[in-house]
Amino acid sequence: MKTDFTHHQSAHCENGVASNLLKHQGVSISEPMIFGIGSGIFFVYLPFLKVNHAPVVSFRPMPGLIFKRVVKKLGISLKRKKFRSETKAAQALDENLKNNIPTGLQVGVYHLSYFPDEYRFHFNAHNIVVYGKTDEGYLVSDPVMPEPTMLTEKELNKVRFAKGALAPRGQMYFPTKIPKELKLEKAIVDGIKKTCNHMLVPAPLIGVSGIKYVSKQIRKWPKKHGIKKTNHYLGQIVRMQEEIGTGGGGFRFIYAAFLQEASEILKNKQLKELSGEMTTIGDKWRDFAVNAARVYKNRSNQDDVYNSLADELLNLANLEKQFFKKLKKAI
Amino acid sequence: MKKEEVPQDKSSLSKNKITEVCYAVDENGNYTQVASKGWEPKTIVQNETLHVIEERIAEANENVKNGIASPIPYFMELHKMDLTILSDYTGYWKWRIKRHFKPKVFNKLSQKALKKYANAFDISVDELKNFSGS
Repeated sequence: MKTDFTHHQSAHCENGVASNLLKHQGVSISEPMIFGIGSGIFFVYLPFLKVNHAPVVSFRPMPGLIFKRVVKKLGISLKRKKFRSETKAAQALDENLKNNIPTGLQVGVYHLSYFPDEYRFHFNAHNIVVYGKTDEGYLVSDPVMPEPTMLTEKELNKVRFAKGALAPRGQMYFPTKIPKELKLEKAIVDGIKKTCNHMLVPAPLIGVSGIKYVSKQIRKWPKKHGIKKTNHYLGQIVRMQEEIGTGGGGFRFIYAAFLQEASEILKNKQLKELSGEMTTIGDKWRDFAVNAARVYKNRSNQDDVYNSLADELLNLANLEKQFFKKLKKAI
Repeated sequence: MKKEEVPQDKSSLSKNKITEVCYAVDENGNYTQVASKGWEPKTIVQNETLHVIEERIAEANENVKNGIASPIPYFMELHKMDLTILSDYTGYWKWRIKRHFKPKVFNKLSQKALKKYANAFDISVDELKNFSGS
């Protein structure tokens, strides 16, 4: 069984699966467009929640939310199913493939055999599309991989029923109905508004204030936790910013690409200018990653190294505050 | 980031002949997807993270050798798990798992309990039971 599905590589798994599944239905929508309409830019710091022995930092909303928002705003009907029984989950998927429906799946990353070891953690909100089955196993389109891959039945079962936080419980999803004409304009405006509200929310751990808060914490970490832990914590920030398919700079470049596309659709020149501004901010996030990684290499343990990193973050927070205020006014 | 600035450094990706997508600006100022082989700062951070995990594995291994701990914490660290994740895989409460960390308690575990752990670690019961440090 094989459906006529075309694999396109993307930066991020969730946008990628969404964009690929919609493209299969004949709706041409880019990854940045999905990301922007789904209000993908976000920042949250959760010091009381530890992953990999370091506090959680996220540059995006809860997994699944971006796609959910896109589907809702564009009026697409999406079928989602979770399973208790592993056998039933496999049957439902096979049934879909028989009916020529490429199907999106939520999976855990740790048991994905085709990922390099550096990327294999117990992160359970990865997304892939299964588009066929042969004697050897399932044909898999993982949007962050350059080419389609394969997983055996046993392997796929394992990743679909990975355990831990955000356990996928075999979740599968596929669009069932797509409106004839997509009203992109309103969806774009709504998406941008929501993003601005999230980033400017006056709560301590979220958005721009969250970035500021982390900057303050970085100054305290060396005294409180020692150099080793501080470096490990910093590493987690950089990994979240650059590692998991962010397209670079904690999703800032994808967002700039979205603003550029949006400026053409809405015929709004200011958005194009703001896209350029976002690119500059993204470059500054990259600089932050470079400097944070340098702390490891030099093993320098002076306080001012951490203070200067904290200054950099504070500067980013201020720049983004101005940016999102301007963006809110521009639409 | 400009198109020509997209890093093409050696990394775990390039070792596996994989590339990842970056978004960058081309010569006309338009955004486009560019494949990247890797980025050194990211590799440094990733290696450091793996190094921290390796240290934890080595410590757990020593503890098994010296009879301080059962093989369970060793395999837990080896699979990058923590108590919460292992608890989800086995269905045991965290405090029970912590008890199973003691060699004395571990040696009395039933076949059924051992099987649960072995399944979580993707090994056989014998491999789990007979592990005495490497």
